[in-house]
Amino acid sequence: MDNHTAHSDSAPLDVAHAEETHHPGWSVYWKVALILGLITVAEVWGYYVPSFVASRAFVPSLLAMSAVKFAIVVSFYMHLRYDHKLFRALFTGPLFIAASTLIALLFLFGQLVARFGPAR
Amino acid sequence: MSAPTAGHYTATGLDSRKIAIWAFIGSECMLFVSLISTYLIYKGRSVVGPYPHEVWVSPSGEHFKPILNIPVTSASTFVLLMSSLFMVLALAAVQNKDLPKRTRGDRILGSSKLWLWATAAAGTTFLGFQAFEFTSFVHEGLTIRTNLFGSSFFTLTGFHGAHVTAGVIWLLTLLAIDYRRGLGPKDALNVDIAALYWHFVDVVWIAIFTLVYLIK
Amino acid sequence: MATTAVPAHAAHINEHAFDEQSGIWGWLTTVDHKRIGVLYLFTALAFFIIGGLEAEIIRLQLQGPNGHIVSAELYNQLFTMHGTTMIFLAVMPLSAAFFNFLIPLQIGARDVAFPRLNAFSYWVYVFGGIFITLPILFNVAPNGGWFGYAPLTTKLFAPGLNIDFWVIGLQILGVSSLAAAFNFITTIINLRAPGMSLMRMPMFTWMSFIVQFMLILAFPVITIALVFLLLDRFFGTQFYETAAGADPLLWQHLFWIFGHPEVYILILPAFGLVSEVLPTFSRKPLFGYPVMVYSGMLIGVLGFGVWAHHMFAVGLGPIGDSVFSLVTMLIAIPTGVKIFNWIATMVQGQLRFTTSMMFGIGLIALFTIGGISGVMHSSPPADLQQTDTYFIVAHIHYVLFGGSIMGIFAGIYLYFPKITGRLMDEKLGKIHFWINFVGMNLTFFPMHFSGMLGMPRRIYTYDSGQGWDTFNLMSSIGAYILAVATLIFAYNFLKSRKRGEIAGSNPWGAGTLEWTIPSPPPEYNFAVLPTVTSRYPLWEGDERDAESARINSQEGKTAEDLHIVMPYNTIKPAIVAGGLVIMFSGLIFAKALIFLGAALMVTSLYSWLLSPLEPEHH
Repeated sequence: MDNHTAHSDSAPLDVAHAEETHHPGWSVYWKVALILGLITVAEVWGYYVPSFVASRAFVPSLLAMSAVKFAIVVSFYMHLRYDHKLFRALFTGPLFIAASTLIALLFLFGQLVARFGPAR
Repeated sequence: MSAPTAGHYTATGLDSRKIAIWAFIGSECMLFVSLISTYLIYKGRSVVGPYPHEVWVSPSGEHFKPILNIPVTSASTFVLLMSSLFMVLALAAVQNKDLPKRTRGDRILGSSKLWLWATAAAGTTFLGFQAFEFTSFVHEGLTIRTNLFGSSFFTLTGFHGAHVTAGVIWLLTLLAIDYRRGLGPKDALNVDIAALYWHFVDVVWIAIFTLVYLIK
Repeated sequence: MATTAVPAHAAHINEHAFDEQSGIWGWLTTVDHKRIGVLYLFTALAFFIIGGLEAEIIRLQLQGPNGHIVSAELYNQLFTMHGTTMIFLAVMPLSAAFFNFLIPLQIGARDVAFPRLNAFSYWVYVFGGIFITLPILFNVAPNGGWFGYAPLTTKLFAPGLNIDFWVIGLQILGVSSLAAAFNFITTIINLRAPGMSLMRMPMFTWMSFIVQFMLILAFPVITIALVFLLLDRFFGTQFYETAAGADPLLWQHLFWIFGHPEVYILILPAFGLVSEVLPTFSRKPLFGYPVMVYSGMLIGVLGFGVWAHHMFAVGLGPIGDSVFSLVTMLIAIPTGVKIFNWIATMVQGQLRFTTSMMFGIGLIALFTIGGISGVMHSSPPADLQQTDTYFIVAHIHYVLFGGSIMGIFAGIYLYFPKITGRLMDEKLGKIHFWINFVGMNLTFFPMHFSGMLGMPRRIYTYDSGQGWDTFNLMSSIGAYILAVATLIFAYNFLKSRKRGEIAGSNPWGAGTLEWTIPSPPPEYNFAVLPTVTSRYPLWEGDERDAESARINSQEGKTAEDLHIVMPYNTIKPAIVAGGLVIMFSGLIFAKALIFLGAALMVTSLYSWLLSPLEPEHH
């Protein structure tokens, strides 16, 4: 919900052309796919290293890798990086509320302490 | 330009359908957060096994190994990630339908049918993996009624699978249109909307894969 | 998907169709937001009366000690259906009636962004409403309270069909609200007329905008909570099965994550309506417009952070208690800001005490009482004394009857002339207001006392000698007075629709766009899309506003005369809605219906999506 004001004078009637945003091409897309693949490999690899799983870094680093993948797909493949800021607001606002709700719920049910506490 | 004969005026110059799909995706965030929260809240609370990551010996002495199959799910995760690549290529092919194709590479990249098929096939493969996973779980003694893990796991991944299924049907519909009259730049928005939905479903899986499968 | 060739004379056919729209077929196939708004208005008023009748029986039972007019079982069904009906079938759809009718008019648009989706929302609402209301005639109505706390609503404790109807009915109604919310978000973002920047939008549209966001974020959560309950009841899952280790608080949390935003979903549209009423009858722009917008946004966001204050009694622990208590106190601030802005709007205005204005002022007074008792139970120690007593019943009725319903009445009296072209009878209106006002306070004010004296909610009868008798008698008499008030309103409404004074385009001398066009508006709303240069184009706009208003106030032109392309009428959204409801009802009646409904829904959905919305532009 940002203050996006109407373009009051120039009425863009041909929507298909007004819509034209700068999309990246193949050269970017395959690199993105490669990065996504590599992070996934790293995630699964980490899962099979017992000392890493036992360490306190395990959960935070997995969450971080997952968040990076999430952000990459959203900004490149869903081209939110290149698109109208309105779409960014429509996505990040609800995402913020959803994420806060998730964290609050886990806290209320005592699951957060267990996750981030000393390794058991 | 606000003469009565003009086409539909929009305040932002954006297509309404795209605004609606982003609002829909925002709403879906909350849907999946409810499912994921429940899964995490119930993690470790099942009174009987099988469990996702731990061995369980039933009172009758039966031995159950951790039920989640990481190698198989890693493969299906990879397939779904690649489907997102195919999807952006399909969209690019539709957007650039009218550009001249000089090389063989141009022609391959410019084939919307190829990439739509690839995306739909990858989605179907993912669903196949999920069907395999579900049936093997049932064989190993975990159903949606067995314990809290079973209820919340099958419901969460089942909801995701239903979204993938809807996405595959959507892609097949686009393919049917492509075969009937060819998809061109003027259809780019329709494909874009389908793509946004598809990528979102992928993004949800990225979260599920980490939160459900990898974190013990 | 403009594959289907449209004949050149299509525009003519469409025009012809509009002439025939007065028949039942016209109403079934309409995609005109104004006609859909009227459908919402009539349907929701009908459900308002049904919900009111349920309340009257409840009050008849509680009129004196040891009342036994209805059994305990039927009493459970009555209070459950009273709450469910009023929230989901009366107040929300009454707000939706105004969203539909007003939003496009206020932002200078010819329709909503997705006219057929709009029709779909309405039909899902009607079918879902009928689905959840009919069972009471067969003594199998939902009986678990409007909040349906699991595990009490699982098969173990509620084996009958009652809760099945509730779970499925709410699921259906959620589809309607969600579809409408996506539609209005898109409409408000994208269909504003040239110059109608966000900060020039009328306050009703602003509050509606915020409400739509709350809807799309709150409804998915109840959807999932209901899916769990549905799976538990029909497929044997264990989400709410405490013996299997399930947490009995899971439902409560999920429900209130939805339920508290829902409270604002019920009240913010009424706030929006009053923010149109007060400036109109004070002849003054709304005081502190930007602050009103930002406080609305703040309410929208904070509204998602207070849910657990409904659950202090379960023992959340000191941190949970403190956080939710603090945020609850915090959210009273933006709400209070609104109250003061309304009062400041009236200060030094040229006040005209029309019926609409009186209901508007009534809202300010009564909502403030409800708001203050709300802040009282934001404190956990105080709440522990008040929770589940009639004190809470008093509170919710001061905010929802004193707030939402008074606001909606203010809106109906204000916009009736725009909707029908005729004024409502002011004399009857004022009688309605005063009887309503007295009845409302007589019903709900004594509940503060019966609650403080310990009378629990939801008991079907009580013994004398506990000090509750007098207060209950007062409440019951108040409820009968409210019934009289509602009858007067219904009479006035129906009478004025046929014989009211002709209104003209702007009977109140109001300032916003919807008053620049004829009453009732032509199907295309605006002959030219207005150019907007101020918040009140009719009061403070420049010559461009005046020119748009001059052209748009002309009557008698058809869409064809003006070459305006309007959408085709279509029955498909209604069929898709029917398929959806048949599919869901198959869970109760026969498995075959699930597949039949799904097939009907999918085929008609494809047919809808592949057919053009309107004749092609030339």
